[in-house]
Amino acid sequence: MSTFQLVRTSRVSRIGTTAVGLLFLGLAFYPLYGNDRTQVTLVEVLTYLSLAMMWNLLAGYAGLVSVGQQGFVGIAAYSLFVFAELNPIDPFLSIPLAALVCAAISVPVALLVFRLKGGYFAIGTWVVAEVFRLLTLEINPLGAGSVQSLTTKNAFSGYSVEIRRDLIFFAAWVLAIGSVAVTIGVLRSRLGLALQAVRDNAEGARGLGVSLTRVRMTIWMLVAGWTGATGALIHINSATVTNRDAFSVASWTALVVFIVIIGGVGSTIGPFIGVGIYWVITEQLQKQTTWRFITLGSIAAVMAVVAPKGVAGIIQRWRKIEIFPIERRLKVNEQAD
Amino acid sequence: MNWGNALIQGILLGGLYAIFATGLSLAFGVMRFVNLAHGDLAILAGYLTLSTATTAGVSHSVAIILVVVIMALIGFLGQRILFNRTIGPDPLSGILCSFGLGVVIQNVLLERYSATDRFLDAGKIETDSFQLNDSISVGIFPLLTFAFAVLLLGVLQIFLSRTRLGRAFRATADDPRTAQLMGINDKQIYGLAMAIAFATVGVAGYFLGARETFAPSSGPSQLLFGFEAVVIGGLGSLWGTLVGGIVLGVSQTLGNQLSVGLNLLVGHIVFLLVLTFRPKGLFGTGVRS
Repeated sequence: MSTFQLVRTSRVSRIGTTAVGLLFLGLAFYPLYGNDRTQVTLVEVLTYLSLAMMWNLLAGYAGLVSVGQQGFVGIAAYSLFVFAELNPIDPFLSIPLAALVCAAISVPVALLVFRLKGGYFAIGTWVVAEVFRLLTLEINPLGAGSVQSLTTKNAFSGYSVEIRRDLIFFAAWVLAIGSVAVTIGVLRSRLGLALQAVRDNAEGARGLGVSLTRVRMTIWMLVAGWTGATGALIHINSATVTNRDAFSVASWTALVVFIVIIGGVGSTIGPFIGVGIYWVITEQLQKQTTWRFITLGSIAAVMAVVAPKGVAGIIQRWRKIEIFPIERRLKVNEQAD
Repeated sequence: MNWGNALIQGILLGGLYAIFATGLSLAFGVMRFVNLAHGDLAILAGYLTLSTATTAGVSHSVAIILVVVIMALIGFLGQRILFNRTIGPDPLSGILCSFGLGVVIQNVLLERYSATDRFLDAGKIETDSFQLNDSISVGIFPLLTFAFAVLLLGVLQIFLSRTRLGRAFRATADDPRTAQLMGINDKQIYGLAMAIAFATVGVAGYFLGARETFAPSSGPSQLLFGFEAVVIGGLGSLWGTLVGGIVLGVSQTLGNQLSVGLNLLVGHIVFLLVLTFRPKGLFGTGVRS
């Protein structure tokens, strides 16, 4: 007689998860031992990891290829401005509040754009982001397009420059590790199982009662909220809200998409690899932003065609490695009786 | 400006959007490919026209003819070399590849031509107009743009319904496998379809550049307008794109009449309203996903 057991972890995933955990643990205390310049870069890297993890969950796992995520970053930026600058709410407390605003707004957006498929869905999300940008231009208390600052008199009253800087780092750290945890959590949950079922056989999954729309809606809201939270932090860091920059498709969607494609879309480790490559290229090109876009964009465009699963996919082809415990294997225990 | 004038100008502007939409619609109709770099290609054609005119010492209106040929060639080769490899049940790689290319085009143009606003010179017809009545004057150039849109759609309609090659296009669009069995080379058809799409977007770039100033970052909004014209008109309907373009153009000019600067917002909102209440568009037959 044999018994069956569902195995979630492997030796590789135990080692991998521990290594990533230790890496994050070491990073948590970075302000205590690191230098200021690298700390600034790390905030950028961690926020991009958070954005990339979320876009990967959306496009790579839920099949929702949005190029309008800048809409949620922009809404979060203006929410932050309203909460922290125009009202006496703490800027860091404004991060989860901005996330809630984005998640709430994402529901009616989904009802509209979910009517479009594939490439038209992508452009539809872009239109909606553009509508939000144009709407904020029409609202006078938000500055009607002029540069708005988060001032030490209002938003940052009670925060010294050093404390603010370290809190920003810590918030970026929380958002990054949280984005990884959320992704793994979703993939291990019933939601992840449903996504996998739909990916393997959409008809069969529907027959078993999996509602693709409900699954997609849940992930869409989650990603909108988390992207918004990250967007709020990005603007606490820059301390200014500018209409064009807050809703920039280049900064908050294109770079994120390139990172995920290069690293590996539909792989939990992909965004890590992509962010690493992004970091190296950005350091090489310093302030030449046009060349950053040209380099990353070209690599991503070519990889989307010749290696659609990115660097992670190339590694997978060579050896099956799962860093995080998201797989489900059936283990058969043979027992002699 | 008055409302009647805004209406006329909007209808003519719709012609421009219809030219943008035609290439987008054709590529989607034949090979289910959505090119996110569509708007950036129009801007690329605009800059190529500037450079060709300077190099060859000819006017912009002559240079565009050569540029359209170059664009068609780029489209054909791009499809054969790159995009043909993305065709399949999963549209992800095609979308992402063209999205990346669009960003690359914008930044290469920025590096080569700087962010300064440029425009194309179509000669005297650009400013010529005639009075319809006391308050409405119709520009010759917008009228020409509109006439070209009608001509383009008409020629395309005849090509698709009457010619042998057009039949091959439709057969491949309906069922590439069976079309192959009938001796049609689907890869070649896709290449030709993309060549036509790139040529039309080149022309769109010319009409746009002669109408208003452009910069390397002007592409995405044109992509959005072309896409909105397609969806408002209804996927799969060739003449629908003209009506879609007109609805969008009129919404924009009337929006601007309402309050200066509201044109873009009103245009997008009308599109979202159509998507809400008539998801298949005005003339859409609905399309297999």
